Amino acid sequence: MIYLQLFLSFFKIGLFGFGGGLAILSLIQMEVERYGWMSQQEFVDIVAVSQVTPGPIGINCATYVGYTTAGFWGSVLATSAIILPSLIIMLSICKAYFWLNKKFHDNPYFTQTLRMLRFTVLGLIASAALLLIKPTNFIDSVSWIIFALVAFFTVLPEVAKPLVNKTTPPFREGLGVGFSFLSHPILLIVLAGIAGYFIYR
Amino acid sequence: MFFQLFWTYLKIGTFTLGGGYAMLPLIQREVVDRKGWIDEEEFLNMIALAQAAPGLIAVNSAIFIGWRIGGWKGVCGAVLGAVLPSFLIILAIAMVFQEWKELPAVEAAFKGIRPAVVALIAAPLFKMAKAAKINWLTALIPVAVALLIWLGHVNPVWVILATVFCTLVAVDIAERRRK
Repeated sequence: MIYLQLFLSFFKIGLFGFGGGLAILSLIQMEVERYGWMSQQEFVDIVAVSQVTPGPIGINCATYVGYTTAGFWGSVLATSAIILPSLIIMLSICKAYFWLNKKFHDNPYFTQTLRMLRFTVLGLIASAALLLIKPTNFIDSVSWIIFALVAFFTVLPEVAKPLVNKTTPPFREGLGVGFSFLSHPILLIVLAGIAGYFIYR
Repeated sequence: MFFQLFWTYLKIGTFTLGGGYAMLPLIQREVVDRKGWIDEEEFLNMIALAQAAPGLIAVNSAIFIGWRIGGWKGVCGAVLGAVLPSFLIILAIAMVFQEWKELPAVEAAFKGIRPAVVALIAAPLFKMAKAAKINWLTALIPVAVALLIWLGHVNPVWVILATVFCTLVAVDIAERRRK
């Protein structure tokens, strides 16, 4: 029974997972919450692990949930289930590629649907973040300071771009590289972990 | 071909952090520039289709390139190569994570990491909204979607289906009027 639930859940996530890893998070969250496969905390922890290890977040979550709920074969099953819709859909697209190639670029049904899905995906990602703002993840005011700092450094290269472009060449390159280094998710997670260790130990 | 594709994707999958999007430029360098398996235009079409189709972008692109280059064997090689590194790494972590989590040092570190993760999910929205050329009117869509899921507990699947359905109806009405 658990195998069937795992398969159906991750098949559904693969089938409706538009817009890349972050957009898939809210789908995964709904499924693991419905069956009580992971606590909110565990879910955040595994997203953190996904950010610092190679590979797509969807695969990482499928493997982890599969293993913790049903052991090794559970992880094989969940990972296969999230790939299966891609296989069916992408292979159909490949077979129809030469037909699609001529038409899909100027088909308004296709292009407009993609455009609108991009806006929906923004909402999906926002909801994934909002659903995680809970007392279990934000235990005190320090949590909010960490949240604000990480958000600040993540958007810094984008926000500071117009300012950086005004400076003269040696500074321009230096600041650009420096800011994008500081915005690296792995660095930020490691720093947050070190901060957590010293503050909460 | 199976082993060549498997090896190429295994290499890229093992050393790219940050998921599907980060893998694309590396895949391009390998299969277009170095190996010349497909040309640049087809590669760009492939990215458009891999992003438009549901599912993980890394897996979608592996399926497309595997199929174009080596048929069924190519698909198996590329997909296995793309998935296996993260599968094995997470499997190893899952095996020890339950015990490690209880260690006071790890617990303290994760107390600091959790709010950081929420920020890492939310902050890219800024760049993505700019890339999607959002304006005050279209900004209503993500706001409505986020509220429906967050406060209304609507399943994201329904939101996606509703987006597709409403867009198709709206385009259909516009097309009919034009004719």
